[in-house]
Amino acid sequence: MGDLKVIGKRIPKKDAPLKTTGAAVYIQDMKVPGMLYGRILYSKYPHAKIVKIDTSKAEALPGVKVVLTGADVPNNFKFGFIKDNPPLKTGKVLSTRDEVAAVAAISPEIAEEALDLINIEYEELPGIFDPLEAMKEGAAMVHEEFKSNVLKMPWKFVAGDVEAAKKASAFIAEDTFSTQWVTHCCLGTSGCIASLDINNNLTMYSNTQIPSLAQNDFLEALKVFGFKNKRVRVIQCVIGGGFGSKLDTYAYEYIAILLALKARKPVKIVFSREDEFLATSPRQCTITKISQGCDKDGRLTFREMEMILDNGAYTSWGATTPSVMMVPISSLYKVPNIFYRAKCVYTNNTYSQAFRGYGNPQATFAIESNLDQLAEKAGIDPLEIRRINANEPGEVTPQNFKITSCGMKECIDEVVNRLDWKNKSGKHNGRGVGMASLIHVGGAARVYKSDGCGTIIKVDDNGKVDVITGSSEIGQGSETIISQIVAEVLGMSIDDINVINNDTDVCPWDVGAHASRTTFVAGNSALGAAQKIKTQIMEIAAKNLGESPEALEMKDGIIFSVKDKEKNISLGKVLRKVHYTLGGRMLVAEHFYDPPNENFDQNFKGNLSVAYAYGAHGVEVEVDKETGQVKILNYIAAHDVGKALNPMLLEGQIYGGGLMGIGYALGEKMIWDKGYLKNGTFLDYKMPTVQDAPPVQAVIVETDEQAGPFGAKGIGEPGLVPTAPAIANAIYDAVGVRIKDLPITPEKVLAALKEKEKGNP
Amino acid sequence: MKRIITLNVNEKEYEVAVAPNRTLAQVLREDLNLLGTKIGCDMGDCGACTVILDDRPVNSCLVLAVQANERKITTIEGVADGPHLHPVQQAFVEHGAIQCGFCSPGMILSAKSLLEKNSKPTEYEIREALSGNLCRCTGYQKIVEAVKAASQTMKK
Ligand code: FES
Ligand code: FES
Repeated sequence: MGDLKVIGKRIPKKDAPLKTTGAAVYIQDMKVPGMLYGRILYSKYPHAKIVKIDTSKAEALPGVKVVLTGADVPNNFKFGFIKDNPPLKTGKVLSTRDEVAAVAAISPEIAEEALDLINIEYEELPGIFDPLEAMKEGAAMVHEEFKSNVLKMPWKFVAGDVEAAKKASAFIAEDTFSTQWVTHCCLGTSGCIASLDINNNLTMYSNTQIPSLAQNDFLEALKVFGFKNKRVRVIQCVIGGGFGSKLDTYAYEYIAILLALKARKPVKIVFSREDEFLATSPRQCTITKISQGCDKDGRLTFREMEMILDNGAYTSWGATTPSVMMVPISSLYKVPNIFYRAKCVYTNNTYSQAFRGYGNPQATFAIESNLDQLAEKAGIDPLEIRRINANEPGEVTPQNFKITSCGMKECIDEVVNRLDWKNKSGKHNGRGVGMASLIHVGGAARVYKSDGCGTIIKVDDNGKVDVITGSSEIGQGSETIISQIVAEVLGMSIDDINVINNDTDVCPWDVGAHASRTTFVAGNSALGAAQKIKTQIMEIAAKNLGESPEALEMKDGIIFSVKDKEKNISLGKVLRKVHYTLGGRMLVAEHFYDPPNENFDQNFKGNLSVAYAYGAHGVEVEVDKETGQVKILNYIAAHDVGKALNPMLLEGQIYGGGLMGIGYALGEKMIWDKGYLKNGTFLDYKMPTVQDAPPVQAVIVETDEQAGPFGAKGIGEPGLVPTAPAIANAIYDAVGVRIKDLPITPEKVLAALKEKEKGNP
Repeated sequence: MKRIITLNVNEKEYEVAVAPNRTLAQVLREDLNLLGTKIGCDMGDCGACTVILDDRPVNSCLVLAVQANERKITTIEGVADGPHLHPVQQAFVEHGAIQCGFCSPGMILSAKSLLEKNSKPTEYEIREALSGNLCRCTGYQKIVEAVKAASQTMKK
């Protein structure tokens, strides 16, 4: 692969000039003729009977076109992972984010005013906000019809014999860890415009991360609303951040459709920041009981984990995060015996969804914190216990993951060297170092039946290339990476490659921007299509030059004979010859790449991903014993990424994920108090600012992943996976207190220090 | 009651009739169609709506349009020189300081305003100047690098 021209280069994002000049059009900026503005009224109470709704005053307000309540939702339509969520509620509300009414008006201001005029009489009911309470015998049911607050989901994985391994272990460490609700904080809020034509075909302007699946969801909805055999077109605007928040369809989208159907006009709903905090679905809080054991030499013998997840009031993809939690639980380090069980529990809180890492951060926090506890019991350096048990290429893990490329040890070594671990660890003088590793899917994840992505390439008469891909650009740079791949294959400049990626009428199917899969899957898809078009081009050029295709090469838009460079033809000319000849044809190629990974079987075994991403984070902290403040002095984030196709964009993923992880570790928390969100603004929700961002060194460890496009693996999510435990471990090394409940606030550190002084562990 | 005001935006004069409660951000976006000014919170917490008002970066969602009457405003649309990106924009592009881009207009205006007053800012000063601009995507590292790089090119 020696002679790469475009791959591996620090190429700026293709859409960056557009974005720096303010010309990028986000959903906030979109308008369609005749459009109305929709607003949603949320419930006043976390749990209540809706006794009466009076919308007459709102309807009478000049400029209001439609007012809807739950009674207007046709045929009992519900959406969500197990279809337990109506877009507008009737009878009962189950959380403060429950949608109770919606308005479409000629201006956002009028729509807002109309919401104030809707009168709802509630009868408040006692709510359940703690999953442990909700699991108790006799607890009130969040959804009476389900007869249990525990979701019927089979999250259990067993390998080997944990009980026997416990008996045989020399050391065992056991503890309980918990994590908090955190939210994506996309700078661009959620929104859509629903527009129906005269035949009720829907065009949805959207910032979804899953255009193909969303298209399907909306088709289903139209069907239930009574419109069969309709067409749905999803057009993505420029997306102001995703991070998993747009991996599902939401009530506001169905409400926009219902308002548009009734108004016979397009309806736009864009969230305010308060809406965004309240009504998008965050990362759920978890409680994890864990124990791990090792033999006298530090080799891990077993891992046992029981986890409780607050599902909130309705079910979205958050309830499936245990499937990805299983990745580190079964396969982070070599552990022969595993027991894992997770319960997702309904409460009257907001409901959870996907968020960068998809459960992995919560699981890794428990595993990696507890691993340090075990190392201490066994009298082994935390670094050594990780080295001894590190994953290796060629391994098959208890979940049947086939580990191909694996740079875990190299990542650990990078952390150790760059932190000067040997000299800095174990001092307990207010400064300390800690580390944690990660495994994540790095070659897609077969969650759906298909994990594929399609690409169509067409070459125009001037020798420029259009790449039509199913994948979504959500800021991560997929457009640029795909251009680089095609440019490399065709020997072209990336400026001659135009990526079309935002319209389901044009773009092929793709499962979505999730599971760190886009570079891997969309990249492989683009690679396949580029190779196919190259073959066609070479055949035609060969005919024209009187050469065999094998004797030709293509560079900078020219196809030439390797032996005699004078014998050449421009790509544009090849194209024109093809198009302008009697009986001419188009130059188009398509390729659908569906990775050879496996769905889990009923025991949750199966090679979920074609490749696995590894990494290790190390951090040096200083803890102020007077205030409990934790200061990060140095942060190393080493990641095995396969081949780095564009190191600059890749570092951007590591820095961005890393800081998100630091926020998760040290400050961010949605405060839900008896069902009410208490800190739904940027002022109160402590998302890190530039002044909170410590120096981070992103270290790229390259391993050649045979199945990846030019050797690449995924990197979208891993950056925030091991951050919290690395920091918690460093704090322990610094001052000897272990914080087991995220976020690690100064108050918690201080309280733990006081306890420690009193002699309590 | 609407009032007629004159805004000097990107060196062009606009007369607009505005209600007294309209914010500058609203008027720029809705009346003047300058959509590059982003609204991330509408509460003065995120900096996405930053514009330069008489040489000072402000959150335009907190400024009433009438307060900007007869004053000079630079929005993101006025930063590039025709097809040529401003050095700050160029640096943001080249240093990977942009991901989703929603924070970028505000971030760039804060940075530009800093560099106009202080052509050789320290890293601390850069972080201070950008502290009101939130970014969820980049971790800020490449943004700070880009501002440093821009200060180098602007000096030349
Ligand atoms: S939109 Fe003005 S500060 Fe956030
Ligand atoms: S680039 Fe997305 S918020 Fe800054």
